[in-house]
Amino acid sequence: MSGIAGTKSSLTWAVHLSLAVMVLLWLFPTTGLLVSSFRTADQISTTGWWKSMFASEQNLTLRTAAPDYQTTQDGNYVIQGNLFEGSAAATISVWGISSRAIDDYKAGDTAQLKKGGTVTVEVNGDYLMQNTEAFTGKRGQRIFATAEKPPEFTLGNYEFVLFDPSNREGLAKAFFNTLTVTIPATIIPILVAAFAAYALAWMDFPGRALLVAAVVGLLVVPLQLALIPILKLHNEIGIGKGYLGAWLAHTGFGLPLAIYLLRNYMVGLPRDIIENARVDGATDFQIFTKIVLPLSFPALASFAIFQFLWTWNDLLVALVFLIDSTGDTTVMTKQIVELLGTRGGNWEILATSAFVSIAVPLLVFFSMQKYLVRGLLAGSVK
Amino acid sequence: MNPALQALVTIIVGVGGCVGYFYFSNQFLDKVLFPAKGPNIARNITRANMIRPWLFLMPALLALSVYLVYPVVETLRLSLSERLPGNESRFVGLANYQTMLEDAKFWEAMRNNVIWLLVVPALSTAFGLLAAQLSDRVRWGNIAKSMIFMPMAISFVGAAVIWKLVYDARPIDQDQIGVLNALYLFFGGTEPQQWLTKLGWNNFYLMAVLVWIQTGFAMVILSAALRGIPEETIEAAIVDGASPIQVFFKIKVPQIMGTIVVVWTTITIVVLKVFDIVYAMTNGQWETQVLANYMYDKLFRAVDWGVGSASAMVIMLMVSPILVWNIYNARKEMK
Amino acid sequence: MANLKLTGVQKTYGGSINVLNDINLDIQTGELIVFVGPSGCGKSTLLRMIAGLETITAGEFTIDGQRMNEMPPAQRGIAMVFQSYALYPHMTVRDNMSFALKLAKKTPAEIDAAITKVAETLQLTEYLDRLPKALSGGQRQRVAIGRSIVRDPKVYLFDEPLSNLDAALRVATRIEIAQLKESMPDSTMVYVTHDQVEAMTLATRIVVLANKGIAQVGTPLDLYERPENEFVAQFIGSPAMNLLPGKIVETGDVTTVRVDHGNGVIAANIPSKPDMKGAVVNVGIRPEDMTPVTGDNYAFENIVEISEALGEVTQVYFKRQDVNSSPVIAKLPGIHRDVRGQRMRMSTEPEKIHLFSEGVSLLYR
Repeated sequence: MSGIAGTKSSLTWAVHLSLAVMVLLWLFPTTGLLVSSFRTADQISTTGWWKSMFASEQNLTLRTAAPDYQTTQDGNYVIQGNLFEGSAAATISVWGISSRAIDDYKAGDTAQLKKGGTVTVEVNGDYLMQNTEAFTGKRGQRIFATAEKPPEFTLGNYEFVLFDPSNREGLAKAFFNTLTVTIPATIIPILVAAFAAYALAWMDFPGRALLVAAVVGLLVVPLQLALIPILKLHNEIGIGKGYLGAWLAHTGFGLPLAIYLLRNYMVGLPRDIIENARVDGATDFQIFTKIVLPLSFPALASFAIFQFLWTWNDLLVALVFLIDSTGDTTVMTKQIVELLGTRGGNWEILATSAFVSIAVPLLVFFSMQKYLVRGLLAGSVK
Repeated sequence: MNPALQALVTIIVGVGGCVGYFYFSNQFLDKVLFPAKGPNIARNITRANMIRPWLFLMPALLALSVYLVYPVVETLRLSLSERLPGNESRFVGLANYQTMLEDAKFWEAMRNNVIWLLVVPALSTAFGLLAAQLSDRVRWGNIAKSMIFMPMAISFVGAAVIWKLVYDARPIDQDQIGVLNALYLFFGGTEPQQWLTKLGWNNFYLMAVLVWIQTGFAMVILSAALRGIPEETIEAAIVDGASPIQVFFKIKVPQIMGTIVVVWTTITIVVLKVFDIVYAMTNGQWETQVLANYMYDKLFRAVDWGVGSASAMVIMLMVSPILVWNIYNARKEMK
Repeated sequence: MANLKLTGVQKTYGGSINVLNDINLDIQTGELIVFVGPSGCGKSTLLRMIAGLETITAGEFTIDGQRMNEMPPAQRGIAMVFQSYALYPHMTVRDNMSFALKLAKKTPAEIDAAITKVAETLQLTEYLDRLPKALSGGQRQRVAIGRSIVRDPKVYLFDEPLSNLDAALRVATRIEIAQLKESMPDSTMVYVTHDQVEAMTLATRIVVLANKGIAQVGTPLDLYERPENEFVAQFIGSPAMNLLPGKIVETGDVTTVRVDHGNGVIAANIPSKPDMKGAVVNVGIRPEDMTPVTGDNYAFENIVEISEALGEVTQVYFKRQDVNSSPVIAKLPGIHRDVRGQRMRMSTEPEKIHLFSEGVSLLYR
């Protein structure tokens, strides 16, 4: 398509540009979360995360120490210190003492204070206030400075969220619980579905077409319908709320897609191979385990990824079937929802927790994208 | 027991149980019940082969019946009953439905769901189509696709956090940390907006999250469909004098119409089930209620199983046309 | 009215993969030019460059003196018939044919008139409202041709248009194309095929492409009777021309050659210069020209290994001289039984002999 004569290069540029805009638009929100998770609470709440990447020129409102801290030197009253005490260092270019003229003085200049006395501010934020009379008032002098702050990131949030034993909302346990739910809930349906898919694809029996249709129908049944009946059932047979119930529920809900995907794939395997094996004297069980199962690896992988992502990211099944009143079995999604309620303003914790929970799916996504795409293509009902 | 250990045991028991079941049941069938030897060998093999499919199918059928078929029936029954103390229930006809229909919150959820159904599949499909078309024409298309596809891997809850940050609002005298407000002020807005509490509009801010997630799905499917279009028809159109825009809308889009419908319906189903996003971002406050969350509210907060089940049946009812359509197509294809 | 002129045209993919080099070709109004060549020789690429579906890396292509290199396909006044027909599957036959006209903003009345006329010529009237998938292969092919005719282009381009049809339909459609050409004497056609019969029957001139360039341009009979080089000699005609190594023993208006295998001497009606005496040449004889002889003037002698009786002719395969040489084949008219195992001497008339020195025909030296 690139070889057409007379194609306008402006069009090619428009394509590149629009796609770039779209990619940025799609990437931007996630990047925000990622960047925020590496910033301190202070940084997050004072500047937009997109400014954190660059050594940014910022207009800061700073304060000198309060008059309480003044000392006397050679008969002068003096207050001195550094404007950035307690926060990251920065380089001041210009500054002022009034919000209307924030760039009156250069670094190193001395300004006359309205209430008497002078103040000198150096490039690195060191200041010196001098007056012949004592400074009065409760608070320090406001300094409006334009400063260059280097980008600064921290791993502290992750430490706090994952490893701090004093953090009762920590994610370590929930992370582990999520993993505990996910792995059996991914493996078991594959096995069950693979056998069923083989029967539906390669065995002849009355009612096969009907069963395939039923599976297609069940694909879209909302799992919401199952909440109360299954919870009731679990309570009645003594499973109650817990891992076993969650595993079983995920297995049940995942089966239609699993059977559908695998059957579609198995039907596409060359008939000759299977018939040849049959002629060679293999039983159905042997054909399945020795030929069909290995050949179906791509479809198995596709479904495994789906089911993994789905169970890892699930909230509803966990809420209903897993998490009991003790909260010992809480999963990450539930934990994050709770944080959203209780710590809605603490973005450093929220962002970090959320990123911990999406890191694993993203890892799976980027390493197994090929299978995911293949599965999607096979799984959308044609 | 330590949950990790329990998980391990479950895997072993589950996998081992499955393998064992399949292996021994087949062995039993072939060796004990209908041995492939002796005078009745032919009859035995035929019989074994008649039973074997059901051995293969049994665990799946069992799970499907218990976890999907039974709930549909049971939910229907619950929606027509009233719960009495002591695990008893009483048939009450359509009373639950009537209660539900008189609930303003239900109508709010219905209204919002309809808007979701109109907006999300349309936008996701449109953006997906755009992304597919654009990325197929540039060399870095695969990377672009990856990036747009990525939100598919993110949980709805994670997405909710991501977008809450986008929608965050700070008082006017502070730096905005939400991108949307920063942009809004940059382009001349006077005051930071609390986006998620703006009645009417807030629904669209929630929908944006799902569109953001589903666009990648639409793109992947549509991109494959676009690549399946015979190149020569496109070249023929170019020789016929069609501009790139005309080629796209008159030649390419009509040829992938079937796939567009599939994508649309698939996203429609996702929308009907959407729960986590609303639950995590607004929990249905500020008139953002949707059916799935309404149902959850009724079932687990109000503990009203009757109305909860009735609303679940409404979701089921809305899915049914697609269900029928899918079955129809699947059967057509099998012939 | 369209003269096509290719001057020094070259095609390179990705900066390094060269497919066509220095193509110079003059196509006159009203000609039907056929590009033939082995697969991968670039014949389709050349056609697509004329269409504008591929850019021209170097050189110039003009139609009626106007440079076309940068001209978009639609503005070149061409129409193209594709191998797969490339019908728009979602449009009826009528819409397929009117698509280009609608894009060109023709009035509905004009479009209607054009389609009615073409549909009648091609017997498509009753299928106008059908979708392509409801048509047979031959009908689809006619729609594809009709779609190009309605646009009334100056130049028609055909990219292996018959290769998706079965044998019988191929012959019928070939004749239709020949008739179509006759009914439009002013239009120029360029036709790509790998089928020799199509090339020989349809072409005013054939362009044989090989080794990234043009091996020979000429009328079909020119190529058959006076091939410029061994490649063209062997490419045109089936089975391929036999090439028998030998040495020139006598020069002059008639050249005499002694062949290496056997001790035969053969005279050819081809002049040669005295300095050619002793030169190593290949004697080329077409299988259909080979006749059995008895005297000492023969081109070839060996035992018949296989004979294939086809009814009208008998194809005789001689034992190879050595493992590397290709088998010598003779096509003897009529039925010959029991020739297998016989030793035969073969020769032909002097005017049917071709002589190649270093791959090039002595006729063109």
